[in-house]
Amino acid sequence: MPAKKSAEQDSHKPPLICMREVNKFFGTFQALDKVSLDIGASEKVVICGPSGSGKSTLIRCINRLEQHDAGEIMIDGVTVDDSAAARAVLRNNVGMVFQQFNLFPHLSILDNLTLGPVRARGMAPAAARELAEYYLERVRIPEQMQKFPDQLSGGQQQRVAIARALCMEPRIMLFDEPTSALDPEMIAEVLDVIGELAATGMTMIVVTHEMGFAGHVADKMVFMDHGRIVEMAPPKRFFSKPESDRCKIFLQQILRN
Amino acid sequence: MRILKFWPLLTLLALAGCSGSWGWYVVNPATPAGQRNLMFLLDGLYYTIALSVTAIAISVLLGLLVALPGLARQRPPRVINRVYVELVRAVPILVLILWVYYGLPQVADISISVFWAGVLALAISDSAFQAEIFRAGIQSIDRGQHEAAHSISLSYVDKMRFVILPQAIKRILPALGNQLVYMLKMSSLVSVIGMEELTRRANELVVTEYRPLEIYTVLVMEYLVLILLVSAGVRWLEARMGMSDRR
Repeated sequence: MPAKKSAEQDSHKPPLICMREVNKFFGTFQALDKVSLDIGASEKVVICGPSGSGKSTLIRCINRLEQHDAGEIMIDGVTVDDSAAARAVLRNNVGMVFQQFNLFPHLSILDNLTLGPVRARGMAPAAARELAEYYLERVRIPEQMQKFPDQLSGGQQQRVAIARALCMEPRIMLFDEPTSALDPEMIAEVLDVIGELAATGMTMIVVTHEMGFAGHVADKMVFMDHGRIVEMAPPKRFFSKPESDRCKIFLQQILRN
Repeated sequence: MRILKFWPLLTLLALAGCSGSWGWYVVNPATPAGQRNLMFLLDGLYYTIALSVTAIAISVLLGLLVALPGLARQRPPRVINRVYVELVRAVPILVLILWVYYGLPQVADISISVFWAGVLALAISDSAFQAEIFRAGIQSIDRGQHEAAHSISLSYVDKMRFVILPQAIKRILPALGNQLVYMLKMSSLVSVIGMEELTRRANELVVTEYRPLEIYTVLVMEYLVLILLVSAGVRWLEARMGMSDRR
């Protein structure tokens, strides 16, 4: 239904997301250390690394959940800061899915989905409802619109959260460990939905430990450690011959499970 | 409702009416004079309720307005919140009532009725407590809710209105109920500036009838019944909202 923006990558255009030497401190702890990363339109990037390595902080800086201390982040050519222009660019381009779903517990599934479109995008309620129905169908949760989040399983909640983000019709989706809080039997249903979304040409950044999924979906693998990007490669090379020792050890540990 | 209000009083009459030091005739509903006196006392109920309800409504709004800057990331708004709360909490309600009624008209060059002076003083005094209640309630909401609201680009006002406050208010409802009870009791202080509420009525009747023991006992009963009813109402509301509690 909603028209997707052109998916093909144009080498003459600047990348959709552009991070230059981004630093982020929490007190004295440096969460990001001169991180530079370019992501083109419809590119899929999977970020992995040990906990505390800055993966989440990186994507949270992109949509301004965290304010970076130095360096520059640009989305579609607009610098991400507190300006109205940056807010508009985030509103029109960036959606996010959280580890803990963060659905609004006091609102029905339908209201969870239409709140953003109606209040932030100024959509008419009827149109927003249609949009919500469309995306609920896409994440395979039809006919649950009047229920409340706590009446759904974890996997269903996370798929609703994905639909909520999609209702803003973003070009970029950020996933912050979307399956880490799920029971094992529910991981597949969520990864399937994310995989389908990847096939539509959505630009995606996914922080995850699901390496099977990553190898399948990613155009680019990023390994982070101590706030730095240690390794960046297409998945084939990334998994077969990682260059750094830290990445090798990490992959051995994570693939053993 | 009326009957409900009378039964503890009737019980007391039956128990203590025979003792020599009591003179229940002043409020004996069986005699015309007693009836008249009782109605005179009960008439104050209207202003006690009107005063408390109006004041609590204003103090909740005021409290919310004061609480929000207290939650800001920047220092200046937080300082404003602290100064207001500390200042207002330091002034006794009775003093505030006197100051608003006698002082404010001179300072601001306005005339203010007894009722609105009382409402204003009660509301201001209570707003500091309301602000603290709201602050705690809002802070108890998970950070993820703020982040989710941010991720769908809600403005600050929309985030508060549709996401944070509906959840926070549900949590602070018991505390708000306590404040309403507190307000009903504090409204008795407005009698000092001549507000014809329950306490003032009782004082006036004592002056004409010289039976303080019985009349003030009735006054105690009036507050007791009123507050028990309000408490029950708040509990009922909590239970109702608890049933639809999501999370």
